[in-house]
Amino acid sequence: MRRPTLLLAALVLVATARDAHAHLVNTGFGPFYDGLAHPLVVVSDLLPALAVALLGGLRGPGTGRAVVIALPVAWLAGMALGAATALPPPPPASGAALTALLGVLVASDRPWPRAAVVGAAVVAGVALGLGNGRELGAVAGGRVALVGVACTVFVLASIVAGQVAVLRARAARIVVRVAGSWVAATGLLMLGWTLR
Amino acid sequence: MIPALASASAFSWLGPLTVLAHARGGEAASFLAGAGHPVSGLDHVLAMVAVGLWGAQLGAPAVWLLPVTFPVVMAFGGMLGLLGVDLPGAEIGIAVSALVLGAAVLAEWRPPLAVAAVLVGAFAVFHGHAHGTELPAGADGFAYSVGFVVSTGLLHAAGIAVGLVHRWPAGRAALRAAGAGVAAAGAWFLWGAVT
Repeated sequence: MRRPTLLLAALVLVATARDAHAHLVNTGFGPFYDGLAHPLVVVSDLLPALAVALLGGLRGPGTGRAVVIALPVAWLAGMALGAATALPPPPPASGAALTALLGVLVASDRPWPRAAVVGAAVVAGVALGLGNGRELGAVAGGRVALVGVACTVFVLASIVAGQVAVLRARAARIVVRVAGSWVAATGLLMLGWTLR
Repeated sequence: MIPALASASAFSWLGPLTVLAHARGGEAASFLAGAGHPVSGLDHVLAMVAVGLWGAQLGAPAVWLLPVTFPVVMAFGGMLGLLGVDLPGAEIGIAVSALVLGAAVLAEWRPPLAVAAVLVGAFAVFHGHAHGTELPAGADGFAYSVGFVVSTGLLHAAGIAVGLVHRWPAGRAALRAAGAGVAAAGAWFLWGAVT
């Protein structure tokens, strides 16, 4: 897929996504596919996942590959924890703050060490997964759906981080940084919205 | 002739005297509603396009740094507005932003990058605060916020795209004329805000 097409697809995804629901999107194909669709239609999950992938990609192929593994594994672990325990889901403000922080990290494009980027991916994955696990683990077929969620997070991270990791032109990296600033701005607005 | 035409065109946009950064009550909270909010007021539109025009005039790295600075700081201002933090004179600040940014384009002012970024960031707080106090409570706040930010960013991009005419002599003159138009509109908004 060409990068402009990919960017357009990402924009359409974000534009058509909705706020978090405590239930699954009904695709009509069963819980696994409902889970596959979930991160693509829940913008509060989609944006931080995109930001983590952009961050990993900006730091090159090695860090990008590490993020592609760390993010879905952490997400899955968070979902398992959320589904298996009575831990309360993180407050909405924490998701907004996390989104803003990840956006700032992308926009600043500093030479963050690989451990810091992978750490950010793990924190984001566990935090977002906890919410998913708590909400989706309780519904019928929810456990299967959680696997679908992790699969989508893996595919999304692979595509985005892979596309960004090979960018060499300065202008292309600036486009990614601008995207990060938009994610940060959205997170800040949402933070105000949730604390209102 | 071209500068005069451009100024006339800019003036033709000026309709009502009142500052247009007002709430649009009852709108559905969604991506499209969020995208429509920044373009609902001419004062916001002119200032955001002027940021792009000025960035294009200044060249790299300002051409991308200013449009990156504005949405983030604007969102911070929006957050303050959402939280109910009072910011006296926000409408005046918005009008002054159009006036100063237009004047900067007109004069081809080239301050140090940090000064330009701080100036744009300071104005962004006013714009963000005005928007933040108006944002409707809704269940789809994230999608609304995304639309809002994307729309703002695209206004900057439009300004940059237009500002690329700066590389030709006639384009430079046209750009300065556009700056004069934005500054005049800012003066018009300022008059409306203080009277």
